[in-house]
Amino acid sequence: MENALTIIVVEQDRDRAMMIVDALREAGQHRIQIIGSGAGLARRVAEIRPDLVLIDAGDPSRDALEELTLAAGALERPVAMFVDRSDQGLTRTAIEAGVSAYVVDGLRAERIHPILDAAIARFHLFARMRAELVATKAALEERKVIDRAKGLLMRAKGIDEAEAYALLRRTAMDQGKKLADLAQALVTAAELLK
Amino acid sequence: MRALRLGYVPLLDAAPLIVAREMGFAEEEGLDLTLSRAASWSQLRDLLDTGAVEAAHMLSAMPVARALGLGGGQGRIEVLMVLSLGGQVIGLSGDLAARINAGFGNPMRLGATLSGRRLRFGVPFPFSMHALLLRYWLSRAAPDLHPEIVTVPPPRMAEALNAGEIDGFCVGEPWGSAAVAEAGAALVLTGSQIWSQSPEKVLAVQAGMGEAAGPLLRALMRAGRWADAPDNRATLAELLARETYLDTSALHIEPALLGRIADQIVPQLLTFHDGTANFPWRSQAGWIGQELARAHGLDPGPAMAAARAIFRSDLYRRHLSGMAPMPLSSDKVEGGLAHDESLPAQRGLLVLRRNRFFDGAVFDPALAV
Repeated sequence: MENALTIIVVEQDRDRAMMIVDALREAGQHRIQIIGSGAGLARRVAEIRPDLVLIDAGDPSRDALEELTLAAGALERPVAMFVDRSDQGLTRTAIEAGVSAYVVDGLRAERIHPILDAAIARFHLFARMRAELVATKAALEERKVIDRAKGLLMRAKGIDEAEAYALLRRTAMDQGKKLADLAQALVTAAELLK
Repeated sequence: MRALRLGYVPLLDAAPLIVAREMGFAEEEGLDLTLSRAASWSQLRDLLDTGAVEAAHMLSAMPVARALGLGGGQGRIEVLMVLSLGGQVIGLSGDLAARINAGFGNPMRLGATLSGRRLRFGVPFPFSMHALLLRYWLSRAAPDLHPEIVTVPPPRMAEALNAGEIDGFCVGEPWGSAAVAEAGAALVLTGSQIWSQSPEKVLAVQAGMGEAAGPLLRALMRAGRWADAPDNRATLAELLARETYLDTSALHIEPALLGRIADQIVPQLLTFHDGTANFPWRSQAGWIGQELARAHGLDPGPAMAAARAIFRSDLYRRHLSGMAPMPLSSDKVEGGLAHDESLPAQRGLLVLRRNRFFDGAVFDPALAV
């Protein structure tokens, strides 16, 4: 392929990496390689001689790529962090979505746009998935602590589960507290009194 | 209250920003600070370039590199104040340190024992005081050593040592002590033993943002003064250790805050305010510009001039002259002071702290330009 670009996706998590690659395939026929962000990142990137490098903007290993921007560095063709002077919006959107692109000197902006657009969409999806995961985890934690509080009440007062739950709810409402917070307070107190 | 967003990287020397927010110094100036934690210097630079933060805790060499056209990002960045001096530690792999009987705190002797070897050192960023101090020290104390200096993100420093990727490092705390605990590294020198007054972190803003930064500078100066007081350092350790900030144990960061490295008390290890620590001296910028130019094959003359222009000592004077005595000149001879010295200032007296390079060299901006 004459027009194909060599793209490196720096991503430690295999599943995430595959999702990015799938999105990029839809943006055109390119040679895509995935590498992890560990040891010797700058050297490994340089060996592949990419046209474009995509990395999570929050990846702590990103600073290693800064070496590639030095003309005297490991690459014959220096790589710069992609900043589109004609389209500030795109650069900003990319940064907000959490993806950074490093491009080889001289690569035209219109060749980069479709690839970056695809990556941005995928990173937005990651952000949503992460937020959902955090919310699900928190909900699970709350369920667990409410279950423990119910158990404590059932044993202490000899009531059944429905009664214990009703008692918790009523008390929480009377005190203007969240059910989970009240349950946590009860569990903490019970542990202290053990 | 005026809302203001600041960016920082979770290190001990982010203290002035964290203290300004947590101890009420910002609030007293009518500022409502939001602190954004960045995972890398590149990310912090993006936050500042895109205006996602209005000011940032930055490596002193980063704005200078930008002024010289080195590295990524775009736009002019200026330095409004110095946030800290020193705080760098240099370590070697446990094996190497034992083989050469490295000891602690003697740059000249250590350099001589390293001479002739092939060694690779890790630093947090290509444009950093860590890289400049390493090069400065080794080029003078170990001229036969041609060190390779590579960028290793500080959280990976211990892993890189264990894997044999690097033989040593120069990094800010708490990462040096972490490499001792996790990779059996030996701390052999501090940055302050190479240059006793190196500007390590600065407050950086986009050009044009410094005019209205008076309240922020005042809050940060008060925060630095608070953070420097020995009595406050235990509280400071607790504050920094919090999950929202460094997310570590106070036990890991308290020794360095008390000046203790490798079980020894090191004078001038890390300063937030004392002496004239916060003043953005044009001579400091000139030194950084000269050293960056040498490292990257640029002409030192224009590099020094470009560097000096972005250290805005004029704005610092304008915003803070009501609060602190100001030096008569914005230049000093770097490395030229063997002992602390008082000197007359606009309003009262100033104390200049001991300012020495390990080899006794001086950087005189009047001769250098």
